[in-house]
Order: sequence, then C-alpha cells, then structure tokens
Amino acid sequence: MWRPAIAPVTANAAANADRKAIDRGAELASIGNCADCHTSPNGAAFAGGRPIPTPFGTIYASNLTPDPDTGIGSWSEEAFRRAMRDGVNREGQQLYPAFPYDHFTYATDADIHAIYAFLMSKPAVRNAVPANDLAFPFSFRPIVAGWKLLFLKRDGLEPDSTKSAEWNRGRYLVEGLGHCGSCHTPRNALGGEKSGSAYAGGVAEGWNAPPLNASLVTAHKWTVDQLAEYLSTGWHRLHGAAAGPMADVAKNLGRASQDDVRAIATYIASLSPAAEGAKAAVPAGGKVLKDQPAEVVAIYNGACAKCHNDRHDVGPSRAVSLSYSTAVHQAESANAVRVVMHGIESYRTGGGPYMPAFAGILTDKQIESVVQYVRARYTDQPQWTDVTSQIVKARQEGAQP
Amino acid sequence: MKVSLRVNGQSQEVDVADPSTPLLYVLRENIGLHGPRFGCGLGQCGACMVHVDGRATFSCVLPVTAVAGREVTTLEGLMKDGKPGKLQQAFIDEEAAQCGYCISGMVMQAQALLNKKPNPTDEEIRRHMEPNLCRCGTHAAIMRAIKRAAVA
Repeated sequence: MWRPAIAPVTANAAANADRKAIDRGAELASIGNCADCHTSPNGAAFAGGRPIPTPFGTIYASNLTPDPDTGIGSWSEEAFRRAMRDGVNREGQQLYPAFPYDHFTYATDADIHAIYAFLMSKPAVRNAVPANDLAFPFSFRPIVAGWKLLFLKRDGLEPDSTKSAEWNRGRYLVEGLGHCGSCHTPRNALGGEKSGSAYAGGVAEGWNAPPLNASLVTAHKWTVDQLAEYLSTGWHRLHGAAAGPMADVAKNLGRASQDDVRAIATYIASLSPAAEGAKAAVPAGGKVLKDQPAEVVAIYNGACAKCHNDRHDVGPSRAVSLSYSTAVHQAESANAVRVVMHGIESYRTGGGPYMPAFAGILTDKQIESVVQYVRARYTDQPQWTDVTSQIVKARQEGAQP
Repeated sequence: MKVSLRVNGQSQEVDVADPSTPLLYVLRENIGLHGPRFGCGLGQCGACMVHVDGRATFSCVLPVTAVAGREVTTLEGLMKDGKPGKLQQAFIDEEAAQCGYCISGMVMQAQALLNKKPNPTDEEIRRHMEPNLCRCGTHAAIMRAIKRAAVA
C-alpha cells in the first residue's frame, strides 16, 4: 500500500516548541519506554541502532534524535503523528510493527505533540542505523500493509462512563503509549497480539511477561497501591523485584507523572478482579521438605537463604521471601532461571534491589537442582519440566559480568 | 563433615560443621589463605573474589560443598616461584591500593579478564570490573595496573 511522502522540514522550524510540552513529552516518552529500544548499549539516548530480535529477523531501532540525515530532524509533526498512528515513515514507507504503533495509534494529538516537542529538543546525534536483517518475504516492506489490515485497530477505546476518570486514564495509557500488551499478551504466528487472550502472558527477550489477568498465580493479590509502588520503584515487599526488561520499565515509570502511574495501576488491577482464586497457599517460610539431597539444601542455605531469609528482613539486597515471588510460581521456569543466572545487576548502575549473577558461580546442574528445590519448597505447583532448556537458552543470551 | 577441595593446584581435605559454610570462610579459617576478604557477605562488593574453574566468583555466597571437585584459585595462587605474578606486580608498581581491602578481589577479577582477553580495551576493562567496589577511589590506578599487565 503506497503512502505519499510528507515534505521535509528544516530543524529550525521543528525545534519551535514550548517548554511545557517538552516536559510533558519527556514523561510520556518514559511511559512509552521509547529510549529502551531506541538507544543502543553505550550509545547516545534515542540515537537508535539497538538490534531488536524478532521471530522474522533482526530489526534495528531507528534514530529518533533531530539529526536531519540519520534521525527524524526533517520530519514535521504531521509526519511524526502519521508514524505513531499508521506506522508509516516520512518518506511513505511501511514501518515494521516491532514499533508498537498498534498501541501508539490510540495516542491523542496533544500527547503526540508533546512527545514530538520532547524529541526535537534533544541534541541531534548523527548515527546511521544498520539495515534490517529480515528473511524474505518479511524484508519486503509493503507486506506490512497486510499485517495492519489484520492487527492495526483504532476502535474500542471510547471512555467508559461507568468507570472512574482514573481508570479511563489508565486504560488509555496501558492500551496506548504504555503498550503493556506488546509483552504481556501472547502473539500469534504472524506476530500479532492474539485477540481474546489479552494480558494472558507473553514473552520479552527470553523472559516471561506474566499474565496481568486473573490467571496470574501470586501469593498476594495485587492492589492498586501495591501496583503503583511496584511500577514506580521496581519492587514491592509482598511481590518482589522487577527484573529483566520489566526492571527498565519500572525505572522509566519512576520518572513519569505519578498520577499517571497510579492510573495505570488502577486499570491493571481491574484486569484481575478474581485473582484471589489463584492465590498460592504456602507459608512464608516455605514447606518443610523431607528427603532432599544434602548438597542441594547446602546450596540453598549458603547461596539463596543469606538474603532470602524468611524472617521478613529484606536486608540491603531487598530480597523477599521466595514464597512471595511471582517467578517461582509461574508455569514456566524462564524467569526463575534467568534471575538466578543473570542476577539483578541493574543495581550497579541504577540502584534498587540486587541479586548476584550465579551463572558464573554455580554449575548448570546446581542451578537446575536449586531452582527445582525452591519450586518444591515455596509453591504448591508441580516441578518445572523446562529448566534444562531454559538454562541452555539463558547461557546463550550471555550472563552479565 | 569432610570436604575434598582443589585449591591453587593442591588437594585439601577440610572439616566443616555445616555443609552450607561459604567457601570464603573455609579458605580463610580452615586453609589459612587470607587473600580473599569478607566485605559484604551478599555477593555485592567483590572483596571475596576467587576463581572457580577459571571464572571470577564471589566466594561468600558459594557453599563449600558446591565446589567439591572444582578448581579453586585464590590470590595466593597467582604467585610465580614465590614472587608476585605479572598482574600482582603491576598492581604493586602502580601503587594501585590505598587501604587495599578490595585489591585481592580486583586482582582476581582482572586476571579472569586477562586470561580470556590478553589485551582488553579500556571499555572492556571498565565493564568487566564493574562488580568490584573500591571505597578509596583508586580506580584510575587499578586501570593503569591492568593495562600495564596487559601490554607487559
């Protein structure tokens, strides 16, 4: 499907924005997690180039700084709005849906204006982004038009007058700029979010994005207060720490408007009204297990229990009792294995909860036996069947130093 | 209970009351190797670092029974013919210590990098050394020492 190019503008005209819009745009860009994908490791913020792995090949995030040649400095606000709403670049080419315009399409004109003003206020960084590495036919951009017919919808977000203004604001942010469903909703073979399975849980960079609906198994039902605290700090004493990609999301939400974070929490909490039924029933200190191999108990006591001490003393690492951990209760071991192997090392640069990476400390066999021990001791769930393969995958992803 | 260990190329048999005793305690108290230090006890600071099977490892969160049959190297194991090894000598030459508490762990962490990559870039050194904390602020001298050992 051919779309016309929108005439380029000069950087001077584009930079004509008010301070208020720029500040608001910075907060909205945090809610949208724009910088997470559009910044490469050790690269300048928003200058793009980060490889985004997809089932169809690798896509390189574009440069969002106002550099006229390699960034979006020649884009008018109209061109930027079209990209956010329709997934088309200034030149009229189809953009791949790794850029979540299936969510951003809901953003209001005022919010898109603010984000545009914010991006245009950033220093221009010259950074030519590598060409995407996609297999045919996905390398042929016009096929994206077909994907959009199936998955780019714009209806269904009219305000619900039976709900509070906060709930409606939260829904707008979660379904729109926050694009929570991009990770927390499972995807079909074409990479679209499965309709009818909204927030049933998905994947993000090898980690499981847990369900946000009633199918989530937790020790404590999430309340609005708890969600608001967790989302803006990355930690809650009754739920544990945000790790993997969610750690970055929480860091971003800590910089956003706390009214908006509370609205997001209000909406997310409403997605699991009956979650109490899925409540785990294991005492905080775990079950008393008999006939466990002594070497596994020794690893648990010597490596895990120093911080996860079951005395409700979270200590400087802010380690909660493992009976509260969502990762330990999940159907798959992806998150438990990754947090053990990669740790929560973001502490070193950003503060917050901490866990050492055990990939270099314990052997694969030791990791496998101790995560299964934790599963048996702290949940009523069956033993995992995927631990061996998750350890292999986590090794390939590369442990952090 | 008795645990058999391989430490700095030698077999050791130690007697511990609790199988979850950290390797660090056994190295210091049972074997008398005082290179690795107790800093935080939480795997945060790196003062306790040793090599296990060639990888730099926090010995304070590693139960001694989990290293049976694995090769452990401490700061003492980097000595060559009773003299400081190349990297240790570089730390001495650059005076890369103030209070010195972190230095054993720093040396072990840096040695693990040089074993894999004899000529790392500044950026690679910085990233690799990130888990090790120094409160005195001798990082610039530590960088110089690692680079001196890398090119020497």
